[in-house]
Amino acid sequence: MSHHDHHQSFWTRYIFSQDHKVIAIQYTVTALFIGLVGLVLSWLMRLQLGFPGEFRFLNPGSYYQILTQHGMIMIVYLLTAILLGGFGNYLIPLMIGARDMAFPFLNMLSYWVYLLSVIVLVAAFFVPGGPTGAGWTLYPPLSALPNAAPGSGWGIKLMLVSLVIFIASATMGGLNYVTTVLQCRTKGMTLMRMPLSVWGIFIGAAMALLAFPALFVGGVMLLLDNLLGTSFFIPAVTLFGQQLPREGGNPLLFQHLFWYFGHPEVYVVILPAMGIASELIATHSRKPIFGYKAMVIAMAAIAVIGFLVWAHHMFVSGMNPYFGFFFAVSTLIIAIPSAVKVYNWLLTLWRGKIQFNTPMLFGIGWISTFIIGGLTGLPLGNVIADVPLHDTYFVVGHFHLVMGVAALMAIFGGIYHWFPKVTGRMFNETLGKLHFWVTFVGAYMIFFPMFLLGILGVPRRYFDFEALQYLPTQTAGLNIVITIAALIVGAAQVVFLVNLIWSAVRGRRAESNPWHATTLEWQTPTTPPPHGNWGAETPTVYRWAYDYSVPGAERDFIPQNVPATPTVPAGTARTV
Amino acid sequence: MIANHGSNGYREFITPGRVGLWLFLAVATMIFAALISAYVVRMGSSDWHSLPKPGLLWVNTAILLVSSAALEWARMSERRGNARSARVSFIAGAVLSALFLFGQIWAWFVLHKLGYFLDTNPSSSFFYLVTAVHGLHLLGGLIVAAATVRSSERFQLFVTYWHFLTVVWLVLFTLIVLT
Repeated sequence: MSHHDHHQSFWTRYIFSQDHKVIAIQYTVTALFIGLVGLVLSWLMRLQLGFPGEFRFLNPGSYYQILTQHGMIMIVYLLTAILLGGFGNYLIPLMIGARDMAFPFLNMLSYWVYLLSVIVLVAAFFVPGGPTGAGWTLYPPLSALPNAAPGSGWGIKLMLVSLVIFIASATMGGLNYVTTVLQCRTKGMTLMRMPLSVWGIFIGAAMALLAFPALFVGGVMLLLDNLLGTSFFIPAVTLFGQQLPREGGNPLLFQHLFWYFGHPEVYVVILPAMGIASELIATHSRKPIFGYKAMVIAMAAIAVIGFLVWAHHMFVSGMNPYFGFFFAVSTLIIAIPSAVKVYNWLLTLWRGKIQFNTPMLFGIGWISTFIIGGLTGLPLGNVIADVPLHDTYFVVGHFHLVMGVAALMAIFGGIYHWFPKVTGRMFNETLGKLHFWVTFVGAYMIFFPMFLLGILGVPRRYFDFEALQYLPTQTAGLNIVITIAALIVGAAQVVFLVNLIWSAVRGRRAESNPWHATTLEWQTPTTPPPHGNWGAETPTVYRWAYDYSVPGAERDFIPQNVPATPTVPAGTARTV
Repeated sequence: MIANHGSNGYREFITPGRVGLWLFLAVATMIFAALISAYVVRMGSSDWHSLPKPGLLWVNTAILLVSSAALEWARMSERRGNARSARVSFIAGAVLSALFLFGQIWAWFVLHKLGYFLDTNPSSSFFYLVTAVHGLHLLGGLIVAAATVRSSERFQLFVTYWHFLTVVWLVLFTLIVLT
């Protein structure tokens, strides 16, 4: 190797690049862009809910379209893409001491196919009828019939096509991430010496590979129902007084296929976020991560059990009570490995030399939102409590905190943490802290009142609540508070973007290891690392990833590529 | 491409390509498992009518089995260093594979002529769907093989992939014949 970087044109170096770091940046920028679209959509929904009827361009139809697109964009095209495509691409090769991914060409293809899926997604906003309004879960028969929901024509078809394209991209990426971790680790980098970020992305990517096929099959069958008149999912239906020539289809079948993908998808997002949060918390509290082995086992356990809980999304769809019992139990069991992880993060912080910088604030914000979001999941895992709460704002508050805000805390923290390595410059700390505090406090102001609204019985997915006489009038006031908080939190993201762009161009030059971190990506010979990452030789690893504050060591961190000496035993007692 | 072998003592057999292929087989297994479970669930509805099975399907199945055997023969010849036998049996395998695809499309025409279209009954919908998904996997394999088969390792992987698709077809065919 070492032939790269010479004789490369602008196009092969920055556009059609096979360098995992360039692809990571492409993924991140695209995902943040589409995330901004999702953010604006959430503003529109909040405007209607806070000030019903004030904004004339919003009507029930467009509200459903906005709701559907917001959900799909945030979960699939932002979170999944940025965590696997962005962080996965940047971190895996650098953290395991490889020069690039196992299949660089496939990696490049993965990004361009992802971009195509985003273009098809966005195109749906400009076709007759607009994007689909069938809900992000795309349940048939609503999504399969003509004129049943807004965007039943072009919109739903483009949505399904875009998803199928996205799955192709995620599969190409996933094959790369998993193979690279298994095959391309440098000398001495055993699996149990890998940083937890790599573990999280590795397990998350493996889950994505096994979960997305169910959505692929469900999506193709739904497309055939919608386009070519099959009845996989469509039962006997009377539409506008006319009996349709279909019968016998099974809408529940789609729900099973969808959630067989949909629930593991939650962990596809959360496991990488857990890994990134572990890195933030250990590095900035200058402590070895507490219970490394337990952390790895907990993630593996979450992944395995995560494939056995999907029907807890369908308690109100009706099922055999024994199945309900099984899925409730498996769901609640996931609380155990999750709690193990929370204890370990807290014990890592315990008596640490906590640096309250921007990445660490987001790391602590992750713990907080993950706990609140996770705990509110417990009542929802119980069939008996889920049935009354399921169609209320309680669920909206729960999944936004645990999957949306918590994941974003890890993503923001991770972006700040690795920004000096990616750009070679420091971000503005004041703006970073401003971004954190507004986002953190604001997110609680948005989602915490939703638990209250849910308990009061405010139904989710409703355009307005005028006809619901049983709701106390205070709910309208709470909705105004939430809307104002949402507008402010959204605006705070502009601070984040300005900070990123300004600092990437004008920021103070960063040292190669500004956080005094132990993992390999901070030990590259140059910053930002060139194509190929390392000099003549890839690094050799002698110790685990968390040798912080080792007793007797000169400094409070020992990088993974520093050999053991008699005075500084490798990995101390925690060698694994 | 950047060479990427660092690891400690992996046997030569376990290459990134081989790992990547087995992962993809896991993905494809999930796709067919999802299809088959949907098939089995949908079968339970009262509107399901059994499909006439063109005898051609038996012929196609035999052709696919022989193509798999021919490719395995090619793989073994290649390992033994018998290049001529490898080439002849590879070409035979490729031609038989193309013949299988052609036969599957012909089976579609036969059903079509009998009045069974995609939307006639869930049984015909599933028949067209599973044969199309399986056929597209075969076609994709042939295209990738045409581009990369000169490399010995890729050729070995291609044969593994082919056996996988043969086994998948046997499962799908059994399901179709029984229902």
